[in-house]
Parts: sequence; structure tokens; C-alpha cells
Amino acid sequence: MNTQNPLEPYLRLDRMPHIWCSGCGIGTSVNCFIRALMDLNMPKEKICVVSGIGCTGRVAGYLNLDSFHTTHGRAIPFATGLKLANPDLKVIVFSGDGDLVAIGGNHFIHAAQRNMDITVICVNNFNYAMTGGQYGPTTPIQAKSSTAPYGSFQMPFNLPKLAESAGAVYVARWTTYHVRQLRKSMREAMNKKGFSFVEVISQCPTLYGRKNQFRSGRDSMLWYKEHSVARNHPLTSDINLGFRTYILVGKFIDIEKPTFLDGLNERYKGVREKIA
Amino acid sequence: MKYVTKLLKGNEAIGEGAILAGCRYYFGYPITPQNEIPEYMSRNLPAVGGTFVQSESELAAINLVMGAAAAGGRAMTSSSSPGVSLMQEGISYMAGMEVPAVVVNVVRGGPGLGGIGPAQSDYFQATKGGGHGDYFTLCLAPSTAQEMLDLTILAFDIADRYRCVTIILADGLLGQMAESVEVPLDYKPREYKKDWIMDGCKGRPPRIVRSLFLDPAELEKHNFHLSEKYREICKKEVRFERFKTRDADIVLVAYGTSARICKAVVEMARADGLKLGLLRPVTLYPFPEKEIRKTAERAKALLVVELSMGQMVQDVKRAVGDACPVLFKGRTGGMVFTPEEVYQSVKKIKIKDEG
Ligand code: SF4
Repeated sequence: MNTQNPLEPYLRLDRMPHIWCSGCGIGTSVNCFIRALMDLNMPKEKICVVSGIGCTGRVAGYLNLDSFHTTHGRAIPFATGLKLANPDLKVIVFSGDGDLVAIGGNHFIHAAQRNMDITVICVNNFNYAMTGGQYGPTTPIQAKSSTAPYGSFQMPFNLPKLAESAGAVYVARWTTYHVRQLRKSMREAMNKKGFSFVEVISQCPTLYGRKNQFRSGRDSMLWYKEHSVARNHPLTSDINLGFRTYILVGKFIDIEKPTFLDGLNERYKGVREKIA
Repeated sequence: MKYVTKLLKGNEAIGEGAILAGCRYYFGYPITPQNEIPEYMSRNLPAVGGTFVQSESELAAINLVMGAAAAGGRAMTSSSSPGVSLMQEGISYMAGMEVPAVVVNVVRGGPGLGGIGPAQSDYFQATKGGGHGDYFTLCLAPSTAQEMLDLTILAFDIADRYRCVTIILADGLLGQMAESVEVPLDYKPREYKKDWIMDGCKGRPPRIVRSLFLDPAELEKHNFHLSEKYREICKKEVRFERFKTRDADIVLVAYGTSARICKAVVEMARADGLKLGLLRPVTLYPFPEKEIRKTAERAKALLVVELSMGQMVQDVKRAVGDACPVLFKGRTGGMVFTPEEVYQSVKKIKIKDEG
């Protein structure tokens, strides 16, 4: 009997056990991601995964692929450089909400605006978990965190809307409860030419959960199960996330647009011919 | 002054000191091992009418500080090594514009992302300017939770007095260890007249706060002025502690966490009849050059003990010249020497003119 987990070839087993807490949603996200890679049957040597800093930032380090652990917020510019220097690579950025849209926010919107041909997977757990559960760009109003002891009062980002307005060609959101849909969306995103974005609503039982009545991973999963509403192509302006409210999930954007490299090759063609 | 004794982590003592000093604006971004500072400020600033913002990055934090300070407020940010590197752009601008503020660096091992263990490897950055241009930042190095509080209060005073950025250089060990701290109860922060701030030009000519001087002659004049200020700081603000140096043959030179360990080493050596002492710089810029030179002239050797591959030792050597040999003991990357380990290094020192 073969007892090997089918995911094993994609993981750096020598680095196990991983650092994630039990009940954390990051493991589920990675599981879906690997399964999506397996579905696509993509040769491993064509894939590069880039992460920034944070709990999700550790993903790159556990994947048995060429992977890069970059500095905080800079996964996207790093990935952009990688893609430009070797357009044959499939480049995936796998990181958290704080990393991608706070300190890395400017890079996020500019990669989308350029329609850079990369896939960004954002595990959104509503806080900076690695550093002790501080509030972040996605923390819902009212939710508590270690630096919002009286509850947050800032309007959080609506990530799919942000991605869409900045120029993304593929945008989807699922929770860690929706493993089949998530896997499918990841597959579609990686198949898409241009800037594709998948938001994974994920539980952090240790920090965000403990402060906001989602004590265990199971509590969150039940909440996701009972409070998620799947819709295809609703307006991204209608899918704000609140504190313990319904979560709209689904595929929101799937359009065609020339990528940065399409534009570059087109523009440079004439110049190159002239010089040659 | 009345005091109350509290059990505080070093990082919390910094927060407590800042609020006592009249700091009402704190901006920062999460990074270990300094998170207790923003957490403390987010909890306690609302009650004193202050404002806490968790910025979207360290770059944003330092610019928020710049703005609040330019409006005349007492403002602070804190971070750890990689985050402080990101702030260097803003610190250089503030030096040029002479906007005062306090920046706390709870140092971790580098380079790059490094680790989160205690380190003193940002000494060069903190004492030699750190960013681009001809400037210095004042640098205070606490070695107890009590000093985390006291020196934070002092940092705000010095910053306002000289219109400069004051850096507090600590590390995760000092930041996260809890000690009893005497907290003053009725401390009144000193007020400084700020005739340069942006508070609306009602009844006075408009002011400008800038670091751009396109005319080279004008920029040179500005730099002469800044350097005059640094000279005054070097004359008036040097701080240090001597510990059993009077009759010492060998003197350890160490600051912060290293100095704590060295104190234990001095006690061990003294118990064995060895004449060992410690000179502890409290200000790293200005550096206690004269004191070190004086000590070197009396001692047979100095041993510089640092959590780095040798940064402060360069300043010590410069101060000592050929007065006596200067040796070095360092650990790095978050590894911390034990007192025994340092004591072994002391015992290995061979003093030439003996025997
Ligand atoms: S702290 Fe939260 S996000 Fe980080 S591993 Fe633990 S549960 Fe997951």
C-alpha cells in the first residue's frame, strides 16, 4: 500500500513540522494551491513561488519548488523582476494581507495597473498574526486586535474591489471552507494571462480568533459554512466584509486585457526593427 | 518628586516614559521584538488625548512622525532593525529640516531580515548618521528597564533642545525582560519654544520647513550650522557610567545588554582578586571619547564587548590611539555571551609589562 501523501513531492518535508498553529487556515490554502498545481500538470521547473513576511510569508519556504522569501511587502516587485527576466516562468506570489496591501500596497496596485502576468494569492486573516495580532488594512470595524484594544474604527480594504479598480483581470474570493472552489479558482488564476488575484478568507484562531469570538479553527469554519454566500460576478463594490457578517464569495472578475509584456513587445517591436 | 514602583517590560517602560515626556503622537508598524511599544501606546494614548496610528509601513510611520513634529507635537515611532532601515530616508530629511523626534530601535540580528534575537549590530547606523547626507542622530543606549523609561524622557528633551532626531538603541532582551521601574508620578515635561513650527501663519510671516537647498553656498551654510550644533552636542551631552574602573588593570567597554553582562563579569573577577572594571557609554553619539582615552591611559588593556562583529570597537580604538591595547569580544546573530564566556576572554588577556 502506498502511504505517501500525494502532496508530499511538493513539500520540503525536511522543514516539517511547520510553524503554523493547529486550526490555522494557511495549511488549507497551501493544500488547495498544491492540488491546483497538480491539476494543471505544470512541470515543477516552470514554477516559482514568492512570499513576503508574516505567517503566510512562510509558505514559500515549505514548497519544494524554486521559492523566494523576500523582505516585507516586496514580494510583488521581486516577482515582477523575476517574470521580466524570465517570462517563461509561472510566477505566483503567496502572502498575507498585511504584507500585500499595507506595506506592499503600492506594489500591489501598480502590478495590477501594469497587468503584470503574475498570480497573487492573498491569505486574509484580518490581522498581523506573526507579530502578535495587530490590526491591519483588512481588520473589520469593531474587531479587536492587540493595537486596537477598544475595537477597530478604520474602514477596511475591500481587496477584490481594490484589485479590480487597479486593473486585475481575474479576481476571486473564497474561504478556507470552500476547498473545492478555492482549488478551482487558483487553477483558473494561474491559467489566466495577466494579473490574477485570489483572496482566501482564512482563520487565525490564535490571535484574531481569540480576540473576536472565533476561538477555534472549527468556530471559523462553521461560520464560513453558515455565513458565506456564493455569487458569480456580483459588483465588487457590494462585497465589503464586516465584523461577523455575511461573506460574499465567488469569482468576481474574469476579463481579457493585454499584459505588460504584450504591450512592451508590441511597442518595442518597431524600435527593435529600426535599430536592426 | 513622588514615584510609584511598577513591574514593566523594557518596551513598556519606553511607552510609559514617552507618555510622561508629553509624547502624544505615536505611529508605528508591527515588527518583533518591539511590539509591546505600539501595543502600550494604543492602549494608553487615548486616555491622555493622544493619537495612535498603525501606519501601513515604516516609511509611512516616519513621515507621520515628521508631520506631527512639524506641527509642534512630541512624536515617536519605534521599530526593529529592518524597519529602522526603511525609516532612514525620513530621518535624513528630519535632520536636514531640523524636525525633532524620538525613534526607538529595538535591534535584532541582521543583515537583511536576520533573526529576532538580541544584537548590537546597528551601532554604525545609529551613530554615524544612518541615511544619506552630512548629519548625526543622537543615540542613547539604555541597559535596564529603568533606563528605558528615564532615557526616553531625556530623548524627548534633547530632541527638542537641539531640534534633532534622538535614537534609543535597545534590543529584544532589554525590551521584553520585566524589571521593577520607579515611575515618577508628577513629572512635568519641559516646554520648549518652537518658533519654527507649522501652526498657521496668523499674525506672522509664513514659515517654511525644508531640506532642499539648491544653491550650493546656501546648503554649505546650512551644513555648517548643523555641524556647529553637533559640536555643541558633543560638548554637552556625553553620558557614561563607570563601574569599578578607578584601580582597574583591565577595563571592559560595553553598552546596553552587553554592559549588563559585563557588570556580572566585573563582580566575578573582583571576587577572584582581579582588578577589572567597566566603562559603559550611555550616549553612543556623542561618544565618551575623552573618558575612554583617560581610562586607557591608566589601564593596561581595554576589552570591548559587543553583540556584533565589532562596531563600537572602532570608535574605542580611535579614542584610545596608542594609549593601551584594545581587544575585542563579540557574538552575533542573536547569540548572547554568558558572563563566564566573557570572563574567559578576560583571563586570556596577557598584560605585557607584568612579571
Ligand atoms: S498566528 Fe494565526 S495566522 Fe499565524 S499560524 Fe497561528 S493561527 Fe495561523
